[in-house]
Amino acid sequence: MSTAAPPQAAAPRGGAPATDKTRAERRLGLLLCAPAVIAMLLVTAYPIGYAVVLSLQDLDLRFPDEGGFAGLDNYVTVLTSGVWWQSVFNTAFIAVVTVAVELVLGMLIALAMHRALFGRGLIRTSVLIPYGIVTVVAAFAWFYAFDPDTGFVNSLPLIADDKAWFGDRFSSFAVIILAEIWKTTPFMALLLLAGLATIDEGLYEAAKVDGANAVQRFFRITLPLLKPALLVALLFRTLDAFRVFDTIFVMTRGALDTESISIVGYNQLIARLNLGLGSAVSVLIFLLVLAIAVVFVKGFGATVPRTPGGSR
Amino acid sequence: MERGSREYALWSVGLVAIFAFAMLPVLWLVSLSLKTPATVGDGRLVPEELTFDNYESLFTGGFDSPFLRPLINSVLIALIATLIAVTLASFTAYAIARLDFPGKFAILAGALAIAMFPPISVVGPLFDMWRTLGLYDTYPGLIIPYLTFALPLAIYVLVAFFREIPWELEQAAQVDGATPFQAFTKVILPLAAPGVFTAAILVFIFAWNDFVFAISLTSSDASRTVPAALAFFTGESQFTAPTGSIAAAAVLVTIPIVLFVLVFQRRIVAGLTSGAVKG
Repeated sequence: MSTAAPPQAAAPRGGAPATDKTRAERRLGLLLCAPAVIAMLLVTAYPIGYAVVLSLQDLDLRFPDEGGFAGLDNYVTVLTSGVWWQSVFNTAFIAVVTVAVELVLGMLIALAMHRALFGRGLIRTSVLIPYGIVTVVAAFAWFYAFDPDTGFVNSLPLIADDKAWFGDRFSSFAVIILAEIWKTTPFMALLLLAGLATIDEGLYEAAKVDGANAVQRFFRITLPLLKPALLVALLFRTLDAFRVFDTIFVMTRGALDTESISIVGYNQLIARLNLGLGSAVSVLIFLLVLAIAVVFVKGFGATVPRTPGGSR
Repeated sequence: MERGSREYALWSVGLVAIFAFAMLPVLWLVSLSLKTPATVGDGRLVPEELTFDNYESLFTGGFDSPFLRPLINSVLIALIATLIAVTLASFTAYAIARLDFPGKFAILAGALAIAMFPPISVVGPLFDMWRTLGLYDTYPGLIIPYLTFALPLAIYVLVAFFREIPWELEQAAQVDGATPFQAFTKVILPLAAPGVFTAAILVFIFAWNDFVFAISLTSSDASRTVPAALAFFTGESQFTAPTGSIAAAAVLVTIPIVLFVLVFQRRIVAGLTSGAVKG
């Protein structure tokens, strides 16, 4: 590497006028960012703080006259309830299976798009259709496809004609997970495709010359170099999968023990109007998501892109 | 030669499989929406007899119909949220891409944190705040959370695009005699437009897709959007399942978005992947 000074960086900016200019630039920068930052704080940071306050109170809108400070009672109630822990299990189960399957599918689709012999446009179209469709609509589509009264799945070979998919917990999960995979694999595939595009083709040529076969090339070149993109995609999709709500709401409304943590939160807050208990659930969900993000960033070394399009 | 043609055959099978899997649920909805109540359970992909009754029923009653009002709500709320979010994000992205000021990276990191934020965590407090402020079951009540949760995505896409713009052209134009205003509108705006448009598409799809806020912060057709309305659809009478009308409504909200996504597919792919690659 040369020792040449970075161009421009150290260029003297001169006396007072330049300092004024810098100051003006700073002020303009902060001013331009202010509206977006204020909006984001107002709708996320403030409500989360408010949720903490609400969660410490005995606040049930159906009985507005009762109530008062409850300390950590709401948290004790939630953390000692079977419903909460079951919903945590359900959510983790759905998230792990969904993300694992779509990682494999997304990788196959991304490799297919990257190395497309022909029909690259057709794959891109196929991938973007699920992305464009409203989650609720997709959930209805799969619900109606599996429901014995309106579906076609039960008339397929190897499947019992009267299989009641939404009649027991794990077959409900199967359909919920299928619908989630269908809807979100495109996102995974596109992120991985963008990662593949950054890998130097020359490496593959060199490996071929050295006699590496396709499998070796994938595990020795593609996978290690794809790691940053892979971790970002996994982080995004895992956190997204933990929010699963729409599909479950449409398909089972949480019946038969299929509640996710978001469904439990919704039921407490909006259906039962128990703001105290519901807010405790909200805060716990927030902490859970935060913990997962921390594990990804600290544990796996996922580096979130701080400067999009740049390298830092 | 032998190996080549086998590869092509395998590849074709894969292509068809991917396409079929993507299209299957959509085709099933279209099929259900065209079936009569008597044949809705026959399990056939191609309906035996076609009917448009399901589509008609969505609009009978005009504004009191189960579908028209939510559709108008969805379009207006998503459009307004998109307009505001993209405007605010453009300011922020311009500042981050071009100006030097402290707190730049804190803003980007904060935006990223919000992109991962679980909406259900703020639904309760917003529900309570909105009732106090009179925003519950109104347009702004949904527009505000939508634009906020879409801001991170918009900022990231726009920063990535703005970084690529050769800003020297602005000065070059001024050297050539253009006024600062001309330099901005004639040179910079055309270069920035594709990025702004891409961000707008992604924000619109996000707002159009939302369900959690839509069912939690609305209570009537005054502001209920299509996804929320769909979940509360009932049959024409207690004894008819709403399958046909839900399918018809689902098809109507899906077709424009799918066409839109397909027309702008390159832009969407570029937008979704910008900033997510470099570690």
